[in-house]
Amino acid sequence: MTAETETAAGGQAAPAGTGTISEIGRRRVRKEDTRLLTGQTNWTDNIRLPGMLHVAFLRSPYAHARISSVDVTAARGTVGVIAAFSGADFAAEQGSLPCAWPVTEDIVMPDHPPMAVDEVRYAGEIVACVVARDRYAAADALEAIDVDYGPLPPVLDMTAALEENSPKVHAAGNKSFEWAFSGGDLDAAFRDAPVVIERTFRQQRLIPSAMEPRAVVCAALGDEYTMWSSTQIPHVLRVMLALVTGIPEHQLRVIAPDVGGGFGSKLQVTAEEVLTLLLARRLGKPVKWAESRSEGNMAVHHGRDQLQRIKLAADRDGRLRGLSVDLLADMGAYLMLVTPGVPLLGAFMFNGIYKMDAYSFRCTGVFTTKVPTDAYRGAGRPEATFAIERIMDELANELGMDPLAVRERNWIRHEEFPFTTIAGLTYDSGNYEAATAKAREIFRYDELRKEQAERRAANSPVQLGLGTSTYTEMCGLAPSRILGQLAYGAGGWEHASVRMLPTGKVEVVTGSSAHGQGHETAWSQIVADRLGVPFEDVRVLHGDTQVSPKGMDTYGSRSLTVGGVAVAGACDKVIEKAKVIAAAMLEAAPDDLEWSPGRWSVRGDPDQGKTIAEISLATFAAHNLPDGIEPSLDSDATYDPDNFSFPHGTHLCAAEVDTETGQVMIRSYVAVDDVGTVVNPLIVDGQVHGGIAQGIGQALYEEAVYDSDGNLVTTTMADYLLPSAADLPVFQTGRTETPATSNPLGVKGVGEAGTIASTPAVVNAVIDALRPLGVRDVPMPCSPERVWRAIQLARLGRAPDSGDAPSAAPATPPASQAHDAEVNPAHDGEGGAR
Amino acid sequence: MIPAQFAYARPESVDEAVSVLAGSGDEAKVIAGGQSLVPLLRLRLAYPEMLVDVGGLDELRGVSDEGGALRIGALTTHYDLTRDPLVRAHCGLLAEAAGTVADPAVRHRGTLGGSLAHADPAGDLPAVIVALDATLTARGPGGERQIGAANFFADYLTTSLDPGEVLTGIRVPKLGPGWGYRYEKFHRSAQAWAIVGVAALARREDGHVAEARVGLTNMGPVPIRASATEEAVAGAAVDPGALREAAAHADEGSSPPSDLHGAADYRRHLARVLTARALTAALGE
Repeated sequence: MTAETETAAGGQAAPAGTGTISEIGRRRVRKEDTRLLTGQTNWTDNIRLPGMLHVAFLRSPYAHARISSVDVTAARGTVGVIAAFSGADFAAEQGSLPCAWPVTEDIVMPDHPPMAVDEVRYAGEIVACVVARDRYAAADALEAIDVDYGPLPPVLDMTAALEENSPKVHAAGNKSFEWAFSGGDLDAAFRDAPVVIERTFRQQRLIPSAMEPRAVVCAALGDEYTMWSSTQIPHVLRVMLALVTGIPEHQLRVIAPDVGGGFGSKLQVTAEEVLTLLLARRLGKPVKWAESRSEGNMAVHHGRDQLQRIKLAADRDGRLRGLSVDLLADMGAYLMLVTPGVPLLGAFMFNGIYKMDAYSFRCTGVFTTKVPTDAYRGAGRPEATFAIERIMDELANELGMDPLAVRERNWIRHEEFPFTTIAGLTYDSGNYEAATAKAREIFRYDELRKEQAERRAANSPVQLGLGTSTYTEMCGLAPSRILGQLAYGAGGWEHASVRMLPTGKVEVVTGSSAHGQGHETAWSQIVADRLGVPFEDVRVLHGDTQVSPKGMDTYGSRSLTVGGVAVAGACDKVIEKAKVIAAAMLEAAPDDLEWSPGRWSVRGDPDQGKTIAEISLATFAAHNLPDGIEPSLDSDATYDPDNFSFPHGTHLCAAEVDTETGQVMIRSYVAVDDVGTVVNPLIVDGQVHGGIAQGIGQALYEEAVYDSDGNLVTTTMADYLLPSAADLPVFQTGRTETPATSNPLGVKGVGEAGTIASTPAVVNAVIDALRPLGVRDVPMPCSPERVWRAIQLARLGRAPDSGDAPSAAPATPPASQAHDAEVNPAHDGEGGAR
Repeated sequence: MIPAQFAYARPESVDEAVSVLAGSGDEAKVIAGGQSLVPLLRLRLAYPEMLVDVGGLDELRGVSDEGGALRIGALTTHYDLTRDPLVRAHCGLLAEAAGTVADPAVRHRGTLGGSLAHADPAGDLPAVIVALDATLTARGPGGERQIGAANFFADYLTTSLDPGEVLTGIRVPKLGPGWGYRYEKFHRSAQAWAIVGVAALARREDGHVAEARVGLTNMGPVPIRASATEEAVAGAAVDPGALREAAAHADEGSSPPSDLHGAADYRRHLARVLTARALTAALGE
């Protein structure tokens, strides 16, 4: 699938015989893939324990209702059922699901019981459960539970929710918080500005769709509780379970077995996890819960959902003067682990790669009766990047400039790094000129512009559009000091241990928690280079709090830039310890030794040396160690980054738009990313490919849709459309490598970059194709019907912002248009099934 | 899959299947490839008390040449339809449309009979067999009967099969020389159902359209023929303007649904655009 060009020097292994091993930069096939692809592993739902019971949850069919009564008596009498409970049964012990990011001092942070007791605030909220001998009996018995609801008005639209007379989601009101910051003199920037552009963009609500749905197993053994969960955050989960339930932390063990993707959706402490733990405690038996895709769609936290009002001031020559952003961010019904912090992660990114005189940002967190939102691949940064990259195209159009030229007019030049932006972040490194030049060349930008002109001149029914996105993002979460300043409840460090086994093999324990990223391979490459041992001799352990006791887990493109650096740091400590022992073995002074990968030797006498394997064995035997030296090479490192990581790149998209049907076809897509030093180009390509696909998903396919009663309509993959390989073009990827100066490996994050970059590139391409028809925006996802309607409206002289799109239903036809028939319910089948 | 409980039978002959069905009342469902029924079971949208699995009835598999027509067994999979030389030679429209159904996994398991008996108006094959003027064969306690495709689809997800009847196959008249065809499927992603589909057959003679038949997918509760277009196009010149003009009548008499993927007016528009395209392609333009 990949047409690739690389400038990376590290694309090849070092020539044999040079005496150095260069694993970093090698296109290693992932060592975990054999096990993952052939199913030779235990996913959480494969786990079967003796006496294990199965729990099924009854979920509210109402968006908002008071619970008058819950009667589980009949369910308890059903064959195979062991127990059934309502929220009242857990009220005394279930606590409140945690939010670790109270972004302001006066934030409204409502109580969030794992099982609703008095009131439900979104369709899908848990109101009761059945525990049975098998999952069929549990599902059957749910139907016997009788819940008496008193419906309350749903709250679905953020703008309406903030009005005085709106029904309230919580007694304290629908506004959770307001958070603002600014840099420079915005009034001066806008005063007498020759060009001011104002737009409203809507970030539709998305449903994270990890390949493996969520699952939990919990067992009580003696006074210890073990939880297996398909989670991204075993360490954070352990701490939070202790805080929520009062079970002492040292009596909790959390295991994330192999996990089939998360994209942020498993960066959460879920109601199902807490309730499964409480059930295991109450019943004294292991309990399992595994969701179906449909249950997941209405219960996993959602992503995005912002209304963005953005205003840009510029000079006639395209120079940016100022930018102001006013966001409404849909929290959903409750604040979950980092819900309020997601828009803050975007707050520093609306200025993108550009210089400007002033910037102001304001965000209002709004409660609605919908599934809570939280982190979803990119978390805040895709939203910000979309807004700035879309409006840069609008500016280019307004000024009659080429979209790349207006960007170049404003971006930070490579010789200006490190550069402190108007949002106060210091970008350590980058080369936007190089990435853009390369992308332009691979894309054949000028030829495509020529073809576009021809199609326009010929009034072709299929128009061609070119979309640009020159993004950067802040990732590698994060310097603990800055997280503290932003009121986040934890730090951003990562931990690693390196254990030298007597035979010279290496065990690496990482606090990063892989769920598909390829840590085992990448960490092995780092360790192999650092210690001079074969790649195959390294084993990476992770995801079990008993094996890996310290960690901050995996999200925010942090694993390599924080966790990988910790691994390298632990290796360095091993080498230093080995030096002292090698010196004793060689009867030399430590200062007379020199390190070459894998071996300490006497300076000037390279034949006199000991390999790390020999030193490991000698340390194990411990017969002749110097006085006061402990018999261990094993070392720990905990790394707290000084700065965020700022990958960047230029993505270019060519889209053909059928103006008769509204269908968009991506004809070519070029991504030139600069993620600093590349440890494994194959893994980086995989991240970029998947990221682009996910960003295209937001641009063209995906949307969580609620009806006017607040019911989620898109509960299956027949209605919540995800693109598959069959819908996507060949991605042409290229790279430039500008090493990060903020960490010793020179690496930058890559896990979210593709998603962040691609959405605006695609939408810009769609709009570019349609500009001659008078279209200036299409709300996401740019479905064929939306595109077609935008063309029809433009022909009538109306050109709405995407912000005009209703949030409760997509693509509403004009009111005068009678519907011929009702919604077709049979297509509630799951994906691909006919 | 966590369906409600059901009984299960796997008969070894069509007659046995018929008698099991007859003994099970209204609450039995026939299952073949399971590509439509299993999702409904999984979501607990269907609660059959008995599943009669006809998957073992090899007599219902395969394609045979009956001279003027092909006989295609109900258990023939979508994948087999796309590959079968007789189908490709004599009713290529069916092979082409079967190749657009869902994804490879579904096409390997899903069957022609299952797709027709499920009678989903968004399914691709119902409109195709309506355009092909096929005849369906059903066997029940009273023996075998033939049902014209136009009469087979009674309503949304409802056919004219009696509860005790098994659909055993279809008979499709061969298309003679001069016929062209095209199935224009409009969907948002490769695996998605058709928002609208147009199954067009047309015969060309001396630069004119001798005759044309157009079936529409998802333009109402049952697949329909675009009769007004068929009438308008007969005898018309094979040129883009004339075909577009005829296609402008394609949605007449339809009653398309409004759902997440398209409102009714948009579907009507698509039916007109796609019919013009399908006819143009079928006529080799």
